[in-house]
Amino acid sequence: MHSYESDFPIDIAWCPGCGNFGIRTALIQALQELSIDPTLLVFAAGIGQAAKMPQYVNANYFNGLHGRALPVALAIKASNPKLTVIAEGGDGDMYGEGGNHFIHNIRRNPDITHLVHDNMVYGLTKGQASPTSQIGFVTSVQVDGVINVPINPLALALTLGATFVGRAFSGDIPETKEIIKAALQHRGYAFVDILQPCVSFNKINNFGWYKSHSYYLDQTRNTEDINQAFALAQDTRKMALGILYQSKGRPTYEDEVNIYKEDATPIVSRLRDIKGINAFIQT
Amino acid sequence: MQNSITIVLSGEAGQGLQTIEDLLTKAISDSYYIFSASEVMSRVRGGNNTVTFRISEEKVFSFRYEIDFLFLLNDHGLSRLKQRITPNTRIFDQDKFAGDKSVPKDSNMIILGFICGMIGLDKSAVVDLIKSHFSSKAAERISENEREFIVGFDQGFAEPRLNLIKSSKNGTYKLLDGTQAVGIGALAGGCNFVAAYPMSPGTGLLTFMADHAIDYGVLVEQAEDEIAAINMVIGAWYAGARGLVTTSGGGFSLMQEAVSLAAMTETPCVIHVGQRPGPATGLPTRTEQSDLNLVVYSGQGEFPRIVLAPGSLEDGVLLSQKAFYFADKYQIPVFILTDQFYLDAKGQMERLTLREDALRQQIVKTDQDYQRYTLNASGISPRGIPGNGTGFIKADSDEHDEHGMITEDFEMRIKMNDKRLRKENGLLEEYVSAELIGPSEHRHLIVGWGSTYGVLKEFINTRKTADTAFLNIKQVYPLHSELLPYFKKAQSVTVVENNAKGQLADLLVLKLGVRIANRVLKYSGEPFSIEEIEKRLLEVL
Repeated sequence: MHSYESDFPIDIAWCPGCGNFGIRTALIQALQELSIDPTLLVFAAGIGQAAKMPQYVNANYFNGLHGRALPVALAIKASNPKLTVIAEGGDGDMYGEGGNHFIHNIRRNPDITHLVHDNMVYGLTKGQASPTSQIGFVTSVQVDGVINVPINPLALALTLGATFVGRAFSGDIPETKEIIKAALQHRGYAFVDILQPCVSFNKINNFGWYKSHSYYLDQTRNTEDINQAFALAQDTRKMALGILYQSKGRPTYEDEVNIYKEDATPIVSRLRDIKGINAFIQT
Repeated sequence: MQNSITIVLSGEAGQGLQTIEDLLTKAISDSYYIFSASEVMSRVRGGNNTVTFRISEEKVFSFRYEIDFLFLLNDHGLSRLKQRITPNTRIFDQDKFAGDKSVPKDSNMIILGFICGMIGLDKSAVVDLIKSHFSSKAAERISENEREFIVGFDQGFAEPRLNLIKSSKNGTYKLLDGTQAVGIGALAGGCNFVAAYPMSPGTGLLTFMADHAIDYGVLVEQAEDEIAAINMVIGAWYAGARGLVTTSGGGFSLMQEAVSLAAMTETPCVIHVGQRPGPATGLPTRTEQSDLNLVVYSGQGEFPRIVLAPGSLEDGVLLSQKAFYFADKYQIPVFILTDQFYLDAKGQMERLTLREDALRQQIVKTDQDYQRYTLNASGISPRGIPGNGTGFIKADSDEHDEHGMITEDFEMRIKMNDKRLRKENGLLEEYVSAELIGPSEHRHLIVGWGSTYGVLKEFINTRKTADTAFLNIKQVYPLHSELLPYFKKAQSVTVVENNAKGQLADLLVLKLGVRIANRVLKYSGEPFSIEEIEKRLLEVL
C-alpha cells in the first residue's frame, strides 16, 4: 500500500483541531484504497491553509498562485492525460480569487477532481469574510456583519453542467473518504465542497453547527436526477451531504480536444520532427 | 531609399482588402521583391483601412509613406490619405472600372487584375492562384472571380508598364508575415501547448497555432482570461509540455504575477507580447514599442528572464525557436517581444534550414531521492516531470527548500534566491549577438530593436556612408557588455524607438553606462516610414 507520508519530518501549519486534518486523513485513505500510484498523482493548489494540503501528502504537486489551481490542473491533465490530477484549496481560493476559473472549468469537464475546503471564512489572512460567509457574519473587516449574499457553489456547479457534484463534512472521515473516492473514480470534472470548521476564525459555523445543519442523502437515490439535485443544492438551511448529482458518460475535455481525437499519445510524449518545419518553410 | 513603387488600396472594413493583400503579395512575390503592411481601424465594419504594397528592386521590409498608385474602394478614404499623396500619385477610383458593365465596378478581383496587369505578371499563374485560394467556394463563384480578374488584368495591361527589376528566381523566398514567422519559430522550438485570451495584435499567433494544431500536435486552448492562459502554460511546462502564451500589453499586465510564479517555481514559460499603443486600451490596432519596461520589470521579486525582440522575418523564426530552448534550459520566463507593425507586415524570408538542437528536451528521469531544487553551481537544478521516474516533482511558489517544501529559514532563502539569480551568468554566455549593419569602424551609431530593423537597415544600405552604422539589438534583456565596443567607437549614438520615452535607450544607459546623444522617437501609433527615418536621422547625424 502506498504510504503518502514523506520520509522526512513535516511541520504542519494548521491549527490544532482544524478540519483540514480530517480531510487529510480521508484523502489519504481514499488514495490508498484506490491504489493510486503517487508518482502518477499531481496536486495543483493555490494559496491558503487548505491549499497547503499537497505539502503534507507525499506526491507530485504544483503549489502555485492564489486562485489559480484550476488552470494549472487543466493544463497538467491535458498535457499528460495519464496522470491523476487533484485541484485542492479553500473557499476563498477557489470561489473568490479563482471564481472565473471555477466557472469555466466546469464547462470544460476535464477529468480532474476538485476538492474545496469550505469553512466560510478566510483563515490564512486571519478571519475576513469569504464568498461563502453567511449574512451577518462579523469580522475585522465586515464590522457590522456580512451584507453580500453567499455564493452557492453546488447550485452554481449544477447550473454550469458539472458532471459530479458532492458535499462532505470534514468531521466525518469515513463518509468524506467515500465521497472523495467516488469523485476520484468519476470520469470528468468531479467537484466536492467539503464543509469544515475553522477553530480560530469562525466561532459561528463550528463543529456543532455543521452537525445540526447537515444530513446525509439516501445513497440508493437516483443521482442522475438534475432537478432533485438543484432542489437539494438550493436548500441551504439544512445541507445535504453525499453525491448530489453525477452524470456518467459525458465526454471529457481530453476526449473532446481535437489533437487527442485521432491519437491518444499525451503531447508530452510526442516528438517534434524539425524536418516537418523545414519542409513547411520550403513550401 | 530603395527604388520602389508604392501601391495603396483604401477601403472599409469588410470590403475584402485582406483577400486582395493575400493574393497580390503571393502573385508578386514569385517575381519581385515585395512588402505589404495593412493599417486598420478598430472596428469590424466600415471606417477606413488601407493596405500598402511596396514593390522594390531589392529585398525590402519597410514602409514607404508616399503613394505612387492609389486605388480607392470607397470615397471616404481620400481625406485620410491626403498627406501621402504627391503630384505624381495616380489615383484610381471605382469609376475607372465602370466601363465594362459586365462586371461590378466594386469588385476586388477587377482591382487585383488591374494591378497584376499593370505590373505585367503572368496572367495564367495568377488565375491558378485565385482558383486555389477560393477552392472551397462554389465553382460558379470561382469562375466569376476569374472573369472579373481577367477584365481588370486586360485594362491594367494596357497601362504603361511599370519598370521593375525581377528578383533572381521564382520561389527564392517564403512570403509570410511576422505572426507566421513567430509561429514557425515556436513550432521549431517544440511548442505543443498554447493557451491565450484573444487580444490584438497577439491573437494572430493563437490563430496560426490553432491552424497547425493537428499537423504538429499542438493543444490549443482559448482561456477564460489572461491569468488562466499563463497559468495553463506554466502547468503545461510543469507536466513536460512546451507552452506558449500570446497577448498584448493589456493582457500581459494581468499575467505579471504568473511571470513571477514561473520564476519562483523555476518552471519554463514562453510569453509572446505583441505591443500596441497604451496606456490602457490605447489604439488597439496600431503599433508601438512601449512595453519594453513592462516586460523587463514585470512580476514581484528579483529573478532572471530573457527578452528577445525580432525585427526581421528570419529573426522571428530563429529567436522564437531559441526562446523555447532558453526557457527549457534555464527554467525561466522568456519573452518574445514584437509589435503590431511587425506581426501584420508581410515580406519575404530566406528559406532557412532550422537545426533540431532546440527540440532536445532538458528533462531528467527521476529516482526516489530526486529533489526538484537541488542547489548547485549553475543554479539550474535538473528538472523532472511527473510520471517520468520514481521521484516526486514538488514545485512551490512559496520560498522552498531543495525538496520543494515551504520554508521560512533565512539561510535557505538566501541560498535559493542566489541560485535563481545565478542562472543569469549562464544565460549571458549564450547572449544572442546584436547585428551590425554598415561599417564596423563608424563615427555615428544608430541603435534600434524589433520592428525598426527593416527601415533602419534600408537607411544604412541605401545611404552607403562610410561613417554610419546600425546596431540591431536582438536580445534586449539582459544586455551584455559585449555590446560596449560598438558604442565606444562611435562619437554619437542615436537610438530609434517607436515610443515616447526611449525605453531601450534608458536600459542601455542603466545597464551598460553608455552615452546616448539622440533619441529619435515616434508614438503616433504608426510605424516609421523610410522617408521619416531619412528626414529625422539626417537632422541629428
